[in-house]
Amino acid sequence: MLQETPRKLIDESGIRLDGRGLNELRPIKIEVGVLSNADGSAYIEQGKSKILAAVYGPKEVHPKHLALPDRALLRCRYHMAPFSVEERKSPAPSRREMELSKVIREALEPSVFVEYYPRTSIDLFIEVLQADGGTRCSGITVASLALADAGIPMRDLVAACAAGKVEGRLALDLTDLEDKGGEADVPLAWMPNLNAVTLLQMDGMLTMEEFEHVVNLALQGCKQIYQLQKETLKAKYVTVKEAVEE
Amino acid sequence: MPTFYERRQLVTPGDLLAEDDYVAGENTYKDDGKIYANRVGLVDYEDRKVHVVALKAFYIPYVGDMVIGKVVEVSLSGWMVNVKAPYPALLRASDVLDRPFRPQEDDLPSIFDVGDLIIAKIVAYDRTRDPLLTVREPGLGKITRGQLVEITPTKIPRVIGRKGSMINMLKQETGCHVTVGQNGLIFVSGKTPEDERLAVMAIRKIEQEAHTSGLTDRVTEMIRREKGGV
Amino acid sequence: MSSIMVSRVKQKQIAQLISSGKRLDGRGLTDYREVQLEDGVIERAEGSARVRLGKTEVMVGIKIEVGEPFPDVPNEGVLTVNAELVPLASPTFEPGPPDENSIELARVVDRGIRESKAVALEKLCVEPGKKVFIVFVDIYVLNHDGNLIDASAIASLAALLNTKMFNYEVKEGEVKIKPGYTSLPVRNYPMAVTFAKISDKLVVDPWLEEEQVMDARLTVTVEKDGKVCAVQKGGYGYFTMQQVLEAAKIAREKAEELRKLVVKG
Repeated sequence: MLQETPRKLIDESGIRLDGRGLNELRPIKIEVGVLSNADGSAYIEQGKSKILAAVYGPKEVHPKHLALPDRALLRCRYHMAPFSVEERKSPAPSRREMELSKVIREALEPSVFVEYYPRTSIDLFIEVLQADGGTRCSGITVASLALADAGIPMRDLVAACAAGKVEGRLALDLTDLEDKGGEADVPLAWMPNLNAVTLLQMDGMLTMEEFEHVVNLALQGCKQIYQLQKETLKAKYVTVKEAVEE
Repeated sequence: MPTFYERRQLVTPGDLLAEDDYVAGENTYKDDGKIYANRVGLVDYEDRKVHVVALKAFYIPYVGDMVIGKVVEVSLSGWMVNVKAPYPALLRASDVLDRPFRPQEDDLPSIFDVGDLIIAKIVAYDRTRDPLLTVREPGLGKITRGQLVEITPTKIPRVIGRKGSMINMLKQETGCHVTVGQNGLIFVSGKTPEDERLAVMAIRKIEQEAHTSGLTDRVTEMIRREKGGV
Repeated sequence: MSSIMVSRVKQKQIAQLISSGKRLDGRGLTDYREVQLEDGVIERAEGSARVRLGKTEVMVGIKIEVGEPFPDVPNEGVLTVNAELVPLASPTFEPGPPDENSIELARVVDRGIRESKAVALEKLCVEPGKKVFIVFVDIYVLNHDGNLIDASAIASLAALLNTKMFNYEVKEGEVKIKPGYTSLPVRNYPMAVTFAKISDKLVVDPWLEEEQVMDARLTVTVEKDGKVCAVQKGGYGYFTMQQVLEAAKIAREKAEELRKLVVKG
């Protein structure tokens, strides 16, 4: 469906189209354990982006010749539903989806104790049901929770968030319009315990100074999201405990 | 004493549990002198050891464990069995026959066929090969009737209870035969489907509320209430 | 790690219970599982719905694009239905191009909508012979616990019913958006009712384990006036003529029940 593009994305006082300040995350809602078949699953709504992640594994590798003798094979598929974007997208995987599948896998792999399960595979699926910018980051956030939900041992959760430059201003968590109309977008994924950046990409152009600011801004976003991830995991069990010990 | 949580507090992967000379127990790992949780669960400290009782984890085979599995393939000299672990388990024909397998004479599917449920024991397992099963001990073999319940393996100890208190109560109150597999599968066989249904319901409740106290009493109460209403 | 194949003990149990008129989950032979329907879940799509039928979960999104009509019907819009059995929905779904199951699913749902003329395609012409609206119905299975056909049919109809099309005008051969929306013209409400044949009995809305035990599957789609507009038999087994006619009768009744959940007012 066609849409009118508004003329200004950020007004004079730094308020964005959706009412946010420059350093504000979009409203986030996360749920864990939402699918009955998958071994682990999680769902996120970040602004208008809606993303579902699921994990199957560790399990036998198919085809067998891909099995690694000393560790689990982590596989990841990032995929967008045809109705998730403005113009209907063909279900066949695009080059962008294949690149994102790879960088997302590489963002999560350092967090999983793959060496505990030789000759198995851990299959991660990320389905974007509605896309409004930052889907690879929301995807990582929720995939990390799906892994934890599956009971797969992890060093830490991985939190991801993007920041960028829009109409000359540095902003956190860009929407699709802001990404398309802005000057730069920097998605980042972070594993707090090792203080490790496991995903970092950039589209656009920034000065060295701007780049440093933007990366730190994204990191601030990751820290907030990390807290949300922990709360979500705990919330699932706390309610049962409270209900019973009344 | 550099510990960061109270006993039985809920922790998530990456939470820092202890520092310095603590020993990393189950579901934790040590990195640079610090001990972190690697699964969601309840942390516990015992002397200088810290471990996490995971709320959800899949089964890893352990030699000596009794498990319940489903035959998924009849192979050339035995059967592949799904024991709900990351690895398929193998049961050799020679184990069942108690002699070498004779391909001309022995018809494997007539012993166990795809879809059969069996109670078995793990006799071998290591990082380089899939677990090996035996059905040669008394009480092991094919399951022919009853109901199967699947719960997360970490809650199996709760279903058994301290010194068998929970499982004995279940057997008594429902009149069912209850066989517990360490891999999270529990087999229930009673005189009527109603009795079996009660046992299944009770097990599900135990799984849901495993991390709470006073559970044995509440489950007993629930079973009695349900029986009374029939 | 998970093997979805039902054990023999359970297969026997399911079959035995059904031959005495009962089901393992306590339902009657012609009862549906609980249906939970939410529409408008994907705001940026023109229409959408999510259905939970028991634990089966299906999401449908509707997108409308402008394109060329088919040469044999130059003044009609185009309806196209596609189904994705995405791998996260089941350990048995592999990533890749649609397999025969997802194609059959899409075509059965399509048949119900198309044969009942549910969408008024003649009203979707923009420029005769040149430009028409293309209505994409994308079925996305999120969790497979049996009876994907009925769940998908319910979700597809619900999504079509809440589909809004932008207002437009044609200027210099280009389609330009105008403010405001109109609802997609939907004038029929086809409902698919699927049966499994188990122990020689007809069982409505089989869940996953019943599907593994069944001899064959029969879907009867009934439109709002009680007419049959699509039928599909699936699986290796067979139905007797008597069973077919009995199924059609039951389908009519069940379709009406389901319709009340989807069509408001």
